Amino acid sequence: MLAFVLRRLAQSIFVMLAVSLIAFSLFRFVGDPIAQMVGQETSIEDQENIRERLGLNDPLTTQYVRFVSNLSQAEFGYSYRTRQPVSEMILSRLPATLELGAISLVISLIVGIPAGIYTALKRGFLSNALLVATLVGISIPTFVIGIFLIYLFGVSLGWLPTFGRGQTVALGWWQTNFLTVSGWKALILPGVTLGVYQLTLTMRLVRAEMQEVLKTDYIKFATARGINYRSLYLNHAFRNTLVPVVTIIGLQLGGIIAFSIVTESVFQWPGMGLLFLESIRYVDIPVMSVYLVLIALMFVVINLVVDLLYFAIDPRVRLRGSHD
Amino acid sequence: MINAWLRWSRENELAYLFFRNPVAIVAAIIAILCIGGAVLSPWLAATDPYDIASLDIMDSLIPPAWSESGDARFFIGTDDQGRDLLSAILYGTRLSLLVGFLAITFASVLGVTVGLMAGYFGGRFDAIMMRIADIQLSLPAILTALLVDGIAKGLLPRGQHDNLMIVVLTVAIGLSLWVNFARTVRATTFVERNKEYVQSCEIMGMHPFRIMFTHILPNIMGPILVILTVDLAVAVLLEATLSFLGVGVPANQPSLGTLIRIGTEYMFSGEWWIVIFPSAMLILMIISINVLGDFLRDALNPRMR
Repeated sequence: MLAFVLRRLAQSIFVMLAVSLIAFSLFRFVGDPIAQMVGQETSIEDQENIRERLGLNDPLTTQYVRFVSNLSQAEFGYSYRTRQPVSEMILSRLPATLELGAISLVISLIVGIPAGIYTALKRGFLSNALLVATLVGISIPTFVIGIFLIYLFGVSLGWLPTFGRGQTVALGWWQTNFLTVSGWKALILPGVTLGVYQLTLTMRLVRAEMQEVLKTDYIKFATARGINYRSLYLNHAFRNTLVPVVTIIGLQLGGIIAFSIVTESVFQWPGMGLLFLESIRYVDIPVMSVYLVLIALMFVVINLVVDLLYFAIDPRVRLRGSHD
Repeated sequence: MINAWLRWSRENELAYLFFRNPVAIVAAIIAILCIGGAVLSPWLAATDPYDIASLDIMDSLIPPAWSESGDARFFIGTDDQGRDLLSAILYGTRLSLLVGFLAITFASVLGVTVGLMAGYFGGRFDAIMMRIADIQLSLPAILTALLVDGIAKGLLPRGQHDNLMIVVLTVAIGLSLWVNFARTVRATTFVERNKEYVQSCEIMGMHPFRIMFTHILPNIMGPILVILTVDLAVAVLLEATLSFLGVGVPANQPSLGTLIRIGTEYMFSGEWWIVIFPSAMLILMIISINVLGDFLRDALNPRMR
């Protein structure tokens, strides 16, 4: 177990170093940092002075080491566009993205898992309709879903707000949507938009896994023993589909964070994705590279947690792990 | 001739399965219509939406021909610039598909080459390539594409940007999709390379690249074909998304995503057609490609039969 954890940890650190190298080269080679910082009339000598003072003439390896050590101390530098510290900008945008992501994950699981089990067990009209719906769901781009929802519930019916977060409540530095009615209302449309694609994935996966498990001998045997069907499906079959389901939830968290860029753009949701998009439009390299590193960090942590969860869920992994 | 066709379809398993699957046939017809309409758009479209001189601003925001204030010249209405929406959609589809096909070609050539070499040679090249693939898989495709796009924006001089946008998009989307090809091809090559035909080629002293591309490649076309179809849909989706986000193709050459973005601005004031028709076209195209992809995967997978 320990060896396994250590090996995965080493892998994760390797990935993070590689991503930070990409972020560093972005920072160093795309555009000239000095040109972004000073005005047109600054003399070449002054520019050289700044370059020297900031250590941009040092060997690249020294600069990279300094870059990584700054990153690890959460010193992210200043935005080219707003001149604010990047850490402040990201921290103020983080709660919006995380809350939106949490809602869409909940939607995708609450609807996706039961629908997946149902379509695996039953055939008939509803089941087929759900399956067709997943194919359509995968094929409709996230932003089109958002637009249709805005048109239907925002423009035609006028029930829900179509942009922004509504009223938020501050809990320390964390602005939350969960404590006001207008905050909840503002969450619904973007949450559903972001959740639909993940929902179809969850449903398809749960269905496929259930079908695999239902073919196994132990299910046939349990059926022969005359166990009632509810217990058979939920305790014997569904529990054994959990390993791949946990994996996909982990991957989905990443997908949700990534696709929140699109959803946030459609609903003008003031989260990290919108910030990243703005920074791409203005070639605001510091924000871009920090966002990249943070997203990679999130992915790496999620993958690590997923791998460790296997130990809790699947005894076979535990056995294999103890032999290592 | 029909007899010859029937005989061919009886001998060819894939064709046999295809002609017995009505959903796949309908999807194929829709896909062919979309592609055909896109390729032939310069001849099919009533007006040239790229020709600014022919646009009349007085024609802007005309609703579809069947509504009260519609105009018979513009069957599904016009957009904010006075472009005929149907023509704009045909040209837009052409651009979307062009970027999609270019990107998928780039991704598949890169991915298949890397996958073949990694699977055939193994060793250090394999290890390095698969690590890179791992890193890239930890970033979703849309993020990779956005990032490459952003980097290109920073590196290219301002004036060049619009001209090179199609190349930038192709590379951005292609780079975010090559991993799928590389991993699948590597896994199948691994299996193939221990088979007798490969060994006999080696004994004859054939060059490794000749073995890879003329002997192994034809035997692993099945999985590659499936990824090609599925990822074509993904590539078209990515292009539409990037254009929708405003980092894709320049606004004077609207793709479907750009048209949808323009449409959303007018949705709130009741001009629904600008957003609905391009969206419908995009969805129809992607659904039909996805259905074909599903069909191919099931048909080429012996376990499903």
